[in-house]
Amino acid sequence: MLILSVKAEQGIKSEGEASYPKECCGALLGRDAPDGRVIERIIPIANQFEEGEQHHRFCIEADDILKAELAAREIGMETLGFYHSHPDCPAVPSEYDRAHALPFYSYLIASVEQGETKGVRAWELSADRSEFWEKDIVIDNE
Amino acid sequence: MAITILIPTALRAFTDRRGEVQAEGKTVGEAVASFAKAYPDIRRHLYEEDGTLRSFINVYVGEMNVKNLDGVDTRLKDGDTVTLVPAIAGGRV
Repeated sequence: MLILSVKAEQGIKSEGEASYPKECCGALLGRDAPDGRVIERIIPIANQFEEGEQHHRFCIEADDILKAELAAREIGMETLGFYHSHPDCPAVPSEYDRAHALPFYSYLIASVEQGETKGVRAWELSADRSEFWEKDIVIDNE
Repeated sequence: MAITILIPTALRAFTDRRGEVQAEGKTVGEAVASFAKAYPDIRRHLYEEDGTLRSFINVYVGEMNVKNLDGVDTRLKDGDTVTLVPAIAGGRV
């Protein structure tokens, strides 16, 4: 189970809609608790993939990952995963997503159809890299 | 030559939760290989099947990305710190 603050959920939706028809991306900050992973904030990060391919690809460069890690530490959180949008496509990981993913991280995908978010789903890569497992999302309204 | 390797959070599950481990090597490639030999479960996340480092795994010596130096052939000196940082990529079909 993944607990997602309503603020983080709204942030992912608005980022995906603002960047449509390109993919948005960013880091998920929070903490691992005994009863589940809690995502409290997001850090939007510029999509560094080649400009003409951003409608179906995103990339977060290592320098930006380091900055996100430092920002998380400053506020007592951890970088626990990343989000991105799938314009006009279901919120299901692609083979390209799987090939470039790492275990441990949570991957949130927002499906954005014609500029409107249709859903956000959470995934984690299996340790053997063979498949993604979907995680239930619980929205924390506090 | 003693090298310190800093491990990203995502890969600590394969290093007994350690964020920092010691390795040996005269070059970045040797040091990372030494580290991967000690923690074999991490290999599939660092290397392609042909044995090259995965393109999204970035290696820093100090604050310098080795892409801007000599890549895996970048020479190390005793006491250097090597940091592994994954770039994140993906996208719809």
